[in-house]
Amino acid sequence: MGKGEGGGGQSRNQSMKKIFSRPKSLKKTPFHYCPGCGHSVLHRIIGEAIDEMNLQEKIIGIPPAGCAVLAYLYFDIDMGEASHGRGAALATGMKRVLPDRIVFTYQGDGDIAAIGTAETIHAAARGENFSTIFVNNGVYGMTGGQMAPTTILGQNTTTSPGGRKQERDGFPVNLSEMLAIAKGSAYIERTAVNSPANILKTKKAIAKAFRIQMEGYGFSLIEVLSPCPTNWKMEPVEACKWIDEVMAVHFPLGILKDLTGDKRDAH
Amino acid sequence: MVSVPFHALKLRLRCIVPKVLMRGNHALAEAAVRSGCRYYFGYPITPQNEVPEYMSERLSKLEDGVFIQAESEIASIHMVIGASMAGGRAMTSSSSPGISLKQEGISFLAALELPAVIVNMTRGSPGLGNIAPAQSDYFQATRGGGHGDYRTIVLAPNSCQELADLTYKAFDLADKYRTPVVILGDGMLGQMMEPVELPPEVQIKKLPHKDWTLTGAKGRPSRFIRSLLLDPFEEEEHNWKLMRKYERITKEEVSWEISFADDARLMVVAFGIAARIAKGAIKRMRDEGLKVGLIRPISLWPFPYKAIKELTKKVRHFFVFEMNMGQMLEDVKLALEGNGEVHFYGRPGGIILTPLEISRVISSYYYQKKLG
Repeated sequence: MGKGEGGGGQSRNQSMKKIFSRPKSLKKTPFHYCPGCGHSVLHRIIGEAIDEMNLQEKIIGIPPAGCAVLAYLYFDIDMGEASHGRGAALATGMKRVLPDRIVFTYQGDGDIAAIGTAETIHAAARGENFSTIFVNNGVYGMTGGQMAPTTILGQNTTTSPGGRKQERDGFPVNLSEMLAIAKGSAYIERTAVNSPANILKTKKAIAKAFRIQMEGYGFSLIEVLSPCPTNWKMEPVEACKWIDEVMAVHFPLGILKDLTGDKRDAH
Repeated sequence: MVSVPFHALKLRLRCIVPKVLMRGNHALAEAAVRSGCRYYFGYPITPQNEVPEYMSERLSKLEDGVFIQAESEIASIHMVIGASMAGGRAMTSSSSPGISLKQEGISFLAALELPAVIVNMTRGSPGLGNIAPAQSDYFQATRGGGHGDYRTIVLAPNSCQELADLTYKAFDLADKYRTPVVILGDGMLGQMMEPVELPPEVQIKKLPHKDWTLTGAKGRPSRFIRSLLLDPFEEEEHNWKLMRKYERITKEEVSWEISFADDARLMVVAFGIAARIAKGAIKRMRDEGLKVGLIRPISLWPFPYKAIKELTKKVRHFFVFEMNMGQMLEDVKLALEGNGEVHFYGRPGGIILTPLEISRVISSYYYQKKLG
């Protein structure tokens, strides 16, 4: 920008305002995620929530086995690795030792709804006071696109050739609906990160989950429908549409349980 | 004013510490709590059910005590991992098939360099097996058990007193070396009742500070604890780091007990309950003039190779007794390095060796070889 533009130095500074930057609780490390992947957006809004709620010094995260296994390279918070599926058990142990810290797990659909189902259901049943962010992209991303518990009937994956068939592969699993039944679940909501409006709702839901954890309500879980253009073999925009038109029919967005009666974020 | 001689004063002080008649499983649980363990995560399985039952009561009475009966042995080992990451003294217990379930977790504990105590009250195996005592998890315990190059410290008590003492010590060892410690007991030790002198309560606030735990990054940079090392050169270096730690442990923490060895012509090698039974047999044989001794490894890893090899200067004949198909036998053979003869007698599947059986086996060998 030359000196002549904008009418000189002083007014140039006045017309420039920093309105957006990387959250403090995200490191400067560039992400490795694919273009169009939901993890990138999700990491950012989690970082923003941590910043806005001043939790950077109080929060401990547990990444999954999956594409987000390296989340500790991106979040500037304490993080501890779990083996595949066991995040809910680690979070239980951690939160019991440090009940005044905020503990959250960040898990994919295979991690939480296949191998980790028992640990997740029982943590919810016990009402363990931590939060889970369940990233549902309907496939096993990191390992190359195999069928997941949330792969829907007819969806093509590397282990459901020709599309998921009920007789061969069984039905998909709606884990969040199952968890809503558990008496220890305090707050369960399903959102998505395929549009600006949905991204904002997801951020509000995550902030609410952290807040009700601080207030001691019990188990909270936000399921986030997330695009995986690479393994869905779609362009990113097409993937975002597919979430609205197909995925959300089987995994409807909205609040599945809310014991808090909290109307602050009604939407 | 009566002046009391110093040695009498010491005797009187010793009498003030009472011995309590306790079941082995209860003794180890009580010792764990006195060692500062406030986090117990377990699951029912015979013959160690008394451990979670005792812990549920004992920890519920402590303000900072946490007891969870988890949904599986897999869940409980991972709760231990989480609690250990957060800086707590955490423990789990199980028996053979349940310990198999914990192997991935134990590999992670070793890789993540986390302290933890895991108690195995071995039962008849393999598979579902039975609930009778056995020693068939020696390989599982001492060869890592899970995937990868790692070791856990393994301690083998042979009495209710040792169940208490070694469990108590295990927490200090685990913290000192940032490594999991396995207490390898068996169904008989867990059920036996013996007088136990319980160790003193540790003051948790006075335990050494851990500067590596995950507690929320307050006043310090954030940290992470992980074992994923995609670069093989990094993973190699991590393995070397673990090996250097294991070398330090091998130098400092080997333990064993030798009895009746001075003029022995034959040494029995046994651990845990088998050693206890063998000791009774050896006392009887000594009364009958047979010169038999006993070496009892207490640390199964690190194994007392040197102590056994040392014996070959004076003894040629070694007899290994185990309640399995021959597991510690391999370590004894390694220790001997071809010096001397080693034989084995074992009963697997939950059969308990008897002193008479042991003395008959040794006596026939002793007289055949004309050792008398």
